[in-house]
Amino acid sequence: MSAEPARLLSPLSLEKSAQLTRLVDGLDADVLYWLSGYLAAVGAQRRAGSASPPVAAPAAAAAPQASVTILYGSQTGNAKRVAEGLAREAEAGGLAVRLVRADAYPLRELAGERLLYVVISTQGEGDPPDDARGFVEFLASRRAPKLPQLRYAVLGLGDSSYPQFCAIGNAIDTRLAELGASRVLARGEADVDLDAVAKPWSESALRHAREILKSTPVAAKVTPLRVPAAAGAWHRARPFAAPVLANQRITARDGGRDVRHIELSLEGSGLAYEPGDSLGVCATNAPALVEAIVAALGEKPDRGIAIGGDEHAFATWLGEKRELTRLTRPFLVAHAERARADALDRALKPGGEDALRRILSDYQLVDLLREFPAPWDANELVAALRPLAPRLYSIASSRKAVGDEAHLAVALVAYEAFGSAHRGAASAFLSPKGDADHVPVFIEPNDRFRLPADPARDIVMIGPGTGVAPFRAFLQERAETGARGRNWLFFGNPHFRSDFLYQVEWQQALKQQTLHRLDLAFSRDQSEKVYVQHAIRRAGRELFAWIENGAHVYVCGDATRMAKDVDAALAELFVTHGGLEREDAAAALARMAQARRYARDVY
Amino acid sequence: MAATPLSPVERIKSASRRLRGTLAESLVDPVTGAIADDDTQLIKFHGSYQQDDRDLREERRLQKLEPAYSFMIRTRLPGGVVGAKQWLALDAIATTHANGTLRLTTRQAFQFHGVIKRELKTTLKAINAALIDTIAACGDVNRNVMVSPNPVQSHAHASVYDWAARLSEHLRPRTRAYYEIWLDEERVAGSGEEDEPIYGATYLPRKFKIAFAVPPTNDVDVFANDLGFVAILDGGELAGFNVTVGGGLGATHGDAATYPRLADVVGFVSAERLFQVAEAVLTVQRDFGNRSERKRARLKYTIDDRGLDWFVGEVERRLGAPLEPARPFAFEHSGDRFGWIEGRDGRWHLTLHIESGRIADREGGAQLSGLREIARIHRGDFRLTPNQNLIVAGVDNADRASIDALVERFGLDGFRTASPLRREALACVAMPTCPLAMAEAERYLPDLVTRVEALLDKHRLGDVPILLRVSGCPNGCSRPYLGEIALVGKAPGRYNLMLGADAKGQRLNRLHRENVAEPEILETLDALLARYAGERGAGERFGDFLVRTGIVPARESVKIPMEILT
Repeated sequence: MSAEPARLLSPLSLEKSAQLTRLVDGLDADVLYWLSGYLAAVGAQRRAGSASPPVAAPAAAAAPQASVTILYGSQTGNAKRVAEGLAREAEAGGLAVRLVRADAYPLRELAGERLLYVVISTQGEGDPPDDARGFVEFLASRRAPKLPQLRYAVLGLGDSSYPQFCAIGNAIDTRLAELGASRVLARGEADVDLDAVAKPWSESALRHAREILKSTPVAAKVTPLRVPAAAGAWHRARPFAAPVLANQRITARDGGRDVRHIELSLEGSGLAYEPGDSLGVCATNAPALVEAIVAALGEKPDRGIAIGGDEHAFATWLGEKRELTRLTRPFLVAHAERARADALDRALKPGGEDALRRILSDYQLVDLLREFPAPWDANELVAALRPLAPRLYSIASSRKAVGDEAHLAVALVAYEAFGSAHRGAASAFLSPKGDADHVPVFIEPNDRFRLPADPARDIVMIGPGTGVAPFRAFLQERAETGARGRNWLFFGNPHFRSDFLYQVEWQQALKQQTLHRLDLAFSRDQSEKVYVQHAIRRAGRELFAWIENGAHVYVCGDATRMAKDVDAALAELFVTHGGLEREDAAAALARMAQARRYARDVY
Repeated sequence: MAATPLSPVERIKSASRRLRGTLAESLVDPVTGAIADDDTQLIKFHGSYQQDDRDLREERRLQKLEPAYSFMIRTRLPGGVVGAKQWLALDAIATTHANGTLRLTTRQAFQFHGVIKRELKTTLKAINAALIDTIAACGDVNRNVMVSPNPVQSHAHASVYDWAARLSEHLRPRTRAYYEIWLDEERVAGSGEEDEPIYGATYLPRKFKIAFAVPPTNDVDVFANDLGFVAILDGGELAGFNVTVGGGLGATHGDAATYPRLADVVGFVSAERLFQVAEAVLTVQRDFGNRSERKRARLKYTIDDRGLDWFVGEVERRLGAPLEPARPFAFEHSGDRFGWIEGRDGRWHLTLHIESGRIADREGGAQLSGLREIARIHRGDFRLTPNQNLIVAGVDNADRASIDALVERFGLDGFRTASPLRREALACVAMPTCPLAMAEAERYLPDLVTRVEALLDKHRLGDVPILLRVSGCPNGCSRPYLGEIALVGKAPGRYNLMLGADAKGQRLNRLHRENVAEPEILETLDALLARYAGERGAGERFGDFLVRTGIVPARESVKIPMEILT
C-alpha cells in the first residue's frame, strides 16, 4: 500500500491514517469543522478518563437496544436522502440513531444489532449500489450470523422499467428473515417516484421504532447528527429555470448518435455543485407524443382528472406529470389485464423474461396502446402510470472554470420503431432548446464521486461515451486548482472521426499538460471491436503502477456492460501485474473502493 | 545570403534526419488524425499532403472536433505511363482506402484523396506493391518528370520516355526514410545520415519541375518548368534536346516580386549528356536558390536575380564545356488529340476526355468502373496526358471495337460530343481538400463551361477551340497563366480574369479584370467574344486576337530558335 495523505505531521499509523482518510474523504467543509470540534470533545473526555464518546457510534455492547441503526446503500443519492430523512425524524422524536452507509458498517456488529432499518437501491440488472456490495455479499454468504435478536425493516428503491425491480431490497428482506430476524414492517418497494412509497414506509418505520425503543430508556444524551439539509432554495420539487446558453451537437453529421453539449446558466440561483455532482433535469413530454396517446385512447385532452386531490386536464397529466417513454412491469401487468393479448400475457409469465425485457426496452406507452389496444379509462391510466421523474446528468464542468454555469453532455435517444420516430423524454425536451429557452434543474450531489482531497494524487478516469462528462469537470477543476497529480483519461466510442467527444479540448489539455495521458478505444474503426477495457489491458503495466502509487480510479457511464467489463479488466491488473490470485484481486479492488480510491458513477 | 535567416522549412529539413522527422510517431498518435506540424512539411517529400475537408471545417470546430483531416497521395510516375494491371491496383486502392476517385493531374500523376491517417501506411504499401512509388512526388526535390505522351511518333516517344524515366530515377532522393517509414524496411547503419549526392542534407530550396516535350506538341507546357528538354529528332531518331530553364507559374496575389515566368531556351545537349546538364542546373539552384523566402525560392527568381548569363555560365562551368547552340523546332499547340490515332508502329491510341481529370462513378457515367473494365481486357498501357486526360495506348486494331463498346457503355465517350472548350479546359482540385484554394475550381468548372458555351453559341463560335483554365489560387497547378481565358481564385466566387495567352504555351496571359465575380466575367467575355466573332482572321486563336487588337497588351513570347532564324 502506498502512503496515505493524512500523515502530514501525524502521529497515526499508516492503517489509522488510511482509515481517517477514508472517513473524511468527501465530507464537506462544514462537516469537517463540526468533526474537529466533536473530536476535540472526545479527546477531552478521554483525558478526563471517561470511556464513552458523546455520540452514537456505539460499540456493539453499548446499550444496543437503545438505538436504531439506519443503514443505506445508495448509487445516485436517493436512498441516502431517504435514510437521512428518516434519521432526522427519528432524532427529532428523541430516538438514538446511528445512520451509516453500508460500506462503513462494521459487519461484525450485525450479530449484536437489535433494530435495523435498511434503505437500499437496486442498479441496472439487479446489482447492489457500489457502496453496498460488501454488505450484500456478506449477508448472502455463509459467514452471516444467526440474527434471532434482530428486528428489522427494508425499504428497496428501484426503477420498474428494469425487470429486476428492487431485487436487492427484496433479497435482503428475505435473507434477514432466513437468518432468524423478525420483520417489524413489510418491505417497501419504491419506484422512481419514490416518495409515494418511501414516505408512508418511513412514517410507519418511525412509529415502530418509537414503540420498540420506548421500553428501553435512552442512556446517554444524544448529540444530534448533522444531517445535511437539502441544498439551497432550489431542489427536485422546486427546480430552477436555468437559461440555455448553448446547445451544440458535438458528434459529426455522419455520426450515428446525436450528442449535445448543453450549457446552462445558474446565475442568480445560488445553486452550487462540485465536480462529480449531477444535474437533475425536469423534462416534460413532447406535445406530439401526448396528442398521439390521447388519440390512441380516443380521449379528450381537456378532460379533468383528479388523483390524490390533484386535478389537471388529461393532457397536462400526460405532458407534465407522467412517464410516457419508459414502461414498467406493474403498468404492463395492468395493461395486459385490459388488453387480453397473448403476447403480453406470455411475456409476463415465467419463461417470458426475454420477451418482457424486449418490451420494456423497445416499447413506449404509445406503441403498447397501438399494438395492444386496451379499454383504459383515462383516470385509471393516469393512476397506473409512473410519475415523470427527473433525468440526472453528470455535470461536465467545474464552477472554477465556467463560473455560474453547468455544462452537460447529453446523448439524444432517437430511433425509428413501429413505424414512427421515437425519442427519449429528455431528448425530445432538450434537443430543441435554444437561446431563449429555460430548463428546470436542480443539483443532485454525489459525495461518492469526488476528486482526491490530496491534489498531488494521480487520477485515472474511465469514461466512454457521455460517461466522459464528469471527467471534463475533473480536468477543469484540477487545472484551475493547479493540482499536481497526474490525470489519465480512458475514452471510447464507435468512431474516431465522428464520435470523439470533446476531442479538441483533450488535445488542448494534453498540450498544456493538464491531461497527461489519453488512451482511446474506438470500437468500430477496425474489424475487431475495441472497448475501454481493452485499452485498460493494453496499458496494464503502467496503469497498475499508477494504482500502486496511490492513484484514484473513476468509472462513469453504462452500468450494464461497460462498468462490469472495466471492473473485470481492473481486477485482472492485480493478477497480471500484481501477482495476486483472482479472488484476492477482487478483494484488492473492493479495498480500493472502501478507501474511496475506486469510485463509480454508472447508470 | 548569410545575412538573412533561413526559412522555417529549411530548419525542419535540416533537423529531419533525411526526411524522417517524427513521422513514425505522428502516424501512431491516436489522439489526432493529423500529423505533427513539422511533419506536414516532411511528408510532402514522401508524396503526400495533409489536407482537411474545408466544407466541414467550421461545422467541426463548433462540434469541438478537429478538422476532418485526410491525406492526398500523389504518385511518381514519369510520363504518366501505367500498365493495365497497375491500373487495376490503383483503382482498388482508390476504392478501398481513398474517396473512390482517381484524380489525374496536370503533371501526369495520379492523386488519391481522402486517405485517413490510419490507412496511410496501408495505402502506400499497396501503391508500392503495384510497383509505383510516391517518393519525391511533392516536396523540395525534383517532382514527377513529365513526358509528352505523343502517341504518333511511337519510336521517338519510347526513347524520350526512356530517358525521362532514367532521369527521374537518377534524381530520386537517396534517403531510406521512405522505405523505413512506409514499407517497414529495416533501419541499417547510417540511417538518418544517408549520403544525398545530388541534393545534400537540405535538398532544394523549393520544388523543381522537369518536362520533356516532343514537337510539334507542347502538351507538357515545357516552358512552365524549371528545366525543360525539347526533343530534337533527326530523321525520326532522337538527336538530343534543347534545354530550357527558369519556367514556373506560381505567384502570390498582391506581391509584385512574385510572378509567372516562362523558360528561356539556352542551348542543345546530346542525350548522353542529359544527366550532367540536369544535375548542373539543379545543383546551381541548390547552391544559389533563395532559402530565406520560400515564395521567391524557385529557379526563375534565382535566374532573374542574378541574370541568365550568369546562370548559364555557372551551369557551363559545372559541365566543363559550353552548351551547343539551340536547334530549331516549332510547337503547334499544347492540347490533346482526342479519339483514335494510329501510331507509326501500327498500334492504335484512344484519347479520352476526363473532365478535370477526376475519374469517378457518378450520375451520367460510371467512368471509374468503365476504365476498370477496359483495364481488364486491355493489353497495352495507359498514359496520363498533361491536360488531365487519358490515353488507352497500344491497342491492336482488332481490339478497338471491344474498347469502344465499353467507352460508350460507361459514359467515357464525352470527347465525341463535348465542345472544344470543354475538352480542353483545365481545373485544379481546389475546394474542398486543397489547403491553398481561395475559390472553387474543379467543382465550378462544369457550370462555368456551360455558361461560356452559351456565349460561344450566341456568337456562333461553338466549334472554335479556346483554352480555358481555372485555378483556385495563384499557385498555378492548372497552369492558368497559359490559358487564353483563365480564372485565378481570389476569394469564394471571385477571380482574377486573365486573358491573351497563345495556345502553344509560349506566351503568358495578362490580368484583364481583377477580383470579379461570375456576372462580370461573363459580361466581359460576352463583349470580347462578340468582337472576336466579327473581327478574327482565318484560324486566328482568341488569345492571339486579343493581343493583335491591343485589347490585351502584348507580352513577350518565348524566343524559339526557329523564330530567331526566320
